[in-house]
Amino acid sequence: METMPTNNPTIATCIAKWRLTSSIGLKQSLSIALGSLLLLGMGCADAETVFVTLEKDNALAVLDPLAGKLLTTVPVGRRPRGIAISPDNKVLYVATSDDNTIKMLDASTFKELGRLPSGDDPETFALNPKGDLLYVSNEDDSLVTVIDIAKKQVVKQIKVGVEPEGITVSPDNQWLVSASETTNMVHWIDTKTHTISDNTLVDPRPRAAQFTPDSQQLWVTSEMAGTLMILDVKTKQIIKSLTFEAAGVTADKMQPVGIAIDKDRRYGYVALGPANRVAVVNAQTFVVEKMLLVGSRVWNLAFSPDQKRLYTTNGVSNDVSIIDLDSQTVTHSVGVGTYPWGVAVKP
Amino acid sequence: MRVTHYWRALWGIVGRELWRFVTQRERFVSALVRPLVWLFVFAAGFRAALGLAISPPYETYILYEVYITPGLCGMIQLFNGMQSSLSMVYDREMGSMRILLVSPLPRWFLLLSKLLAGVGVSVLQVYVFLAIAWADDIQAPWQGYLWAMPALLLSGLMLGALGLLLSSFIKQLENFAGVMNFVIFPMFFLSTALYPLWKLKESSILLHQIAQYNPFSQAVELIRFALYGQLNLHALIYTSAAFAVFMAAAIFGYNPSKGMMSRKGGA
Repeated sequence: METMPTNNPTIATCIAKWRLTSSIGLKQSLSIALGSLLLLGMGCADAETVFVTLEKDNALAVLDPLAGKLLTTVPVGRRPRGIAISPDNKVLYVATSDDNTIKMLDASTFKELGRLPSGDDPETFALNPKGDLLYVSNEDDSLVTVIDIAKKQVVKQIKVGVEPEGITVSPDNQWLVSASETTNMVHWIDTKTHTISDNTLVDPRPRAAQFTPDSQQLWVTSEMAGTLMILDVKTKQIIKSLTFEAAGVTADKMQPVGIAIDKDRRYGYVALGPANRVAVVNAQTFVVEKMLLVGSRVWNLAFSPDQKRLYTTNGVSNDVSIIDLDSQTVTHSVGVGTYPWGVAVKP
Repeated sequence: MRVTHYWRALWGIVGRELWRFVTQRERFVSALVRPLVWLFVFAAGFRAALGLAISPPYETYILYEVYITPGLCGMIQLFNGMQSSLSMVYDREMGSMRILLVSPLPRWFLLLSKLLAGVGVSVLQVYVFLAIAWADDIQAPWQGYLWAMPALLLSGLMLGALGLLLSSFIKQLENFAGVMNFVIFPMFFLSTALYPLWKLKESSILLHQIAQYNPFSQAVELIRFALYGQLNLHALIYTSAAFAVFMAAAIFGYNPSKGMMSRKGGA
């Protein structure tokens, strides 16, 4: 095990944060000196840590996003992909696909705490808001496996469409949604009974699904049609479908994948895969307001705890792009390792 | 000679240049059209040309138009420097140069004033260009626009001094086409204005080396780093040194007894 990152914000991190959020000084020394002076007066919010699974390196990259620096890389198991952090921010869950398990790691020491019986080749999974149940898409078996985390036991296996991929739980814990890539369907699973209560046909190859924080809408991306569909939770119908355009990017490269929607439902952000762009979607008008250039094959997204920044995993360019959401600009791209896939943030 | 004499001469020269600038709107517009065509037409066609590598001062991926914007600022100043050189030749042919050079003030001061007048115009043009680019979402951090000012002054002085030096060589207005072919184009294309050094290196080591030692590259890099609030010390020293050399050579070139003027038989 390599050296662990500290949980406390260091002066250097605070200065880095100040530099990121305020300005870039002409000389580093000047900015650091000035930054230190400012920090004496204004204090510094807690720094967050970003965890990124590296599919090819079989490792977990640990980043200080404010300093824009890779802190360490921890071996984690074979082909790690999906990643999530427990609501109390103490446990990391990492789907190590080729080990056919989901590993539980201590979020500070990265010591393995246990393994969950995910079934074969786990890729994507979701935690319920309480953090006691974990839902895994079993792509090859067309199943969603429900796991009791405390008991490390399978509670139920739910038969869904062919190749389930995107999976998410509504913040009000009423719905579990699983999207089947081949059946082109979104399955609405009642979290009380763990049975499918509704299905919605969507555009070809749905990849990711995400509820708005108020649990009133479900956003689903279709990789093949290149669309983002907005579904009304009450009616379970598509109320809006939008496509993406960027100058100099051909339509076939517009393959929407990861989605992040802010807590006030002002903006939603959609990772556009090989288009190397993140779309900024006005979550009220559903108009694509901006396209942000990030690294190659952008896949998954995660907010900083204060939702002032967005982190993207760029699978082909092997880096993480940091987007400042106030200015809606990409400020940094930090190299992390080979094939970054999933991303989770610890406050 | 009192300070007021210097001031009067400086103001006379700068004022004349500014007056020209104000009255010749076409010149101002045409100076802007050139970089804007590069920005909106050429860069649009080469959007994906840069591939994937982040080089300082950039900290993330950028579009091609973002990359060439500092290069186009340099281009405005390069053409402006040459335009000044052209007007020097014109002045010489028309005889106003003679009036200027018979002034009792030192020659270096007169030439420097002439130079400053040209630089002032070019910096103004660059800021108008940057404002148009800003409106098209090609934006640097706001502090960068302040830091760019000293960088633009120095690069403008260097390129203007080069123009002055060239004008001391050019006998007639007609010879200006030669300046275009032998100075402007090679300087512009063999620089980091349109493509980064690492990209040049991929195709030719020789071109990479030429671009590296091209003072125009260094001026462009100075502007590029300044626009992102950073100081490229190497580019600063290189550009300053190039300015000193060009200026000294120009002052020598305009010396009637020693320089090129004597060979050409006076102004």
